[in-house]
Amino acid sequence: MGKTFVKVTAEHDEGGRVRPLAVTWTDGRRYEVDRVTDVRQAPSLKGGGLGVRYTCRIRGKEVYLFCDEGKWFVER
Amino acid sequence: MARTILHVDLNNFYASVECLYRPELRELPVAVTGDAAARHGIILAKNNLAKGCGVKTGEAIWQARQKCPGLVCLPADFRRYLRFSRLARAVYEDYTDQVEAFGIDEAWLDVTGSARLFGDGTAIADAIRRRLREEVGITASVGVSFNKVFAKLGSDMRKPDATTVITADNFRELVWPLPAGELLYVGRSTRSKLANRAVYTIGDLAGREVKALRLLLGVWGETLWHFANGLDDSPVRRSGEEGFIRSVGNSTTTPRDLLSEEDVKLIVFVLAESVAARLRRHGLKCRTVAVSVRDAELFSFERQGKLAAPSCVSADIAARAMELFREHYGWDKPIRSVGVRGAELVTAGSLTQLDMFAADAAGREALERTVDDLRRRFGPYSVRRCALLQDRALTGFNPKDDHVIHPISFFR
Repeated sequence: MGKTFVKVTAEHDEGGRVRPLAVTWTDGRRYEVDRVTDVRQAPSLKGGGLGVRYTCRIRGKEVYLFCDEGKWFVER
Repeated sequence: MARTILHVDLNNFYASVECLYRPELRELPVAVTGDAAARHGIILAKNNLAKGCGVKTGEAIWQARQKCPGLVCLPADFRRYLRFSRLARAVYEDYTDQVEAFGIDEAWLDVTGSARLFGDGTAIADAIRRRLREEVGITASVGVSFNKVFAKLGSDMRKPDATTVITADNFRELVWPLPAGELLYVGRSTRSKLANRAVYTIGDLAGREVKALRLLLGVWGETLWHFANGLDDSPVRRSGEEGFIRSVGNSTTTPRDLLSEEDVKLIVFVLAESVAARLRRHGLKCRTVAVSVRDAELFSFERQGKLAAPSCVSADIAARAMELFREHYGWDKPIRSVGVRGAELVTAGSLTQLDMFAADAAGREALERTVDDLRRRFGPYSVRRCALLQDRALTGFNPKDDHVIHPISFFR
């Protein structure tokens, strides 16, 4: 239970939509986001907090990536 | 035509929001408290575990700790609560434009006109509860009824995360056995007056003669009788529709007791500036100023007096408030809390009797409007009265924006 704040590279389009492209972990390892399958506002019950939740496929695994008022985190 | 009114009550609102952000605290008794160092150290909200220990909203932190030794006390973060309140409201507004907030965590919704789009009241209530849970992460109790008063009673009946329906057919069984104190606007003193006449439940109240209640409680008696019989027909205001404002006031409990007139003056200036700024924002002026004082032993009173001319200038309001204060306070005890209020409001554009010999009011008003502008652009502390800098610990608060939580009356 918990969350880790991460650095995110994202694309902001003309319509204001945001698509995360890559996540940089705290130790510097970089993971490409292969696909975003779902975007919705949701609370993070495991990590704590509320924000826009991106359901991402990263290296074959499904990961929830949250943007809580501009700060990005993943659940652990 | 019968209306369909929902009353949504966000469960343990402050505590739920804090627990959402701190999952590790979910299994512990949690309370959100005011700032003890600034002497606002009371319980503002608690979660169900703390409630189970008997912790009550409004009691001092030390009292709560005695009942519940493991209590986790968290400082309040109003900015965050306002964000959640807005998010919840956004959900409501998907179903109707008639959303009337009642404080930060409650709202009435009139969904009479939405039934053909979204289903009946119960369906909408359940949808709102599900969306609040899934999208905002907090739970709500919803009361569904044909008037505002019963909808509110319904939302109090089952908690958390439940829908209660009170209809014209079943309200006698559901509502009437409840104690009279549960009814909106039956407080401690009304309850004891009613109890003296053997009115203990809402049903007792509904069964009385209106005339007898009127004798006992005045106009209130009649209103409460209507409430109890399900005859409340007050409308749910539309989004953005502001109620009629009767007075504008601010008060504060100061971080330390006030010991001299100088101290009081500083606080009165801060409060008067906030009152004046709010009057200006609404395009109003006040004809009467009221000052309220509470001493260190919690005895309090309010005195009011007229202004020479309607005003929305802080210097006028502060001066009158100080006059009233000097007239009525004997300094037997130090002061704990002070409030300033502007009443008998008139619109700022209305015609007023000019005074040949008075200082130029228009100039001073223009000056204060400029200060409003500067504060809006550069922050509330960008321009301040020099006097206020004498004691920053005492005057470092902003009554206008710090918290606007319960400014609301049912009968606006």
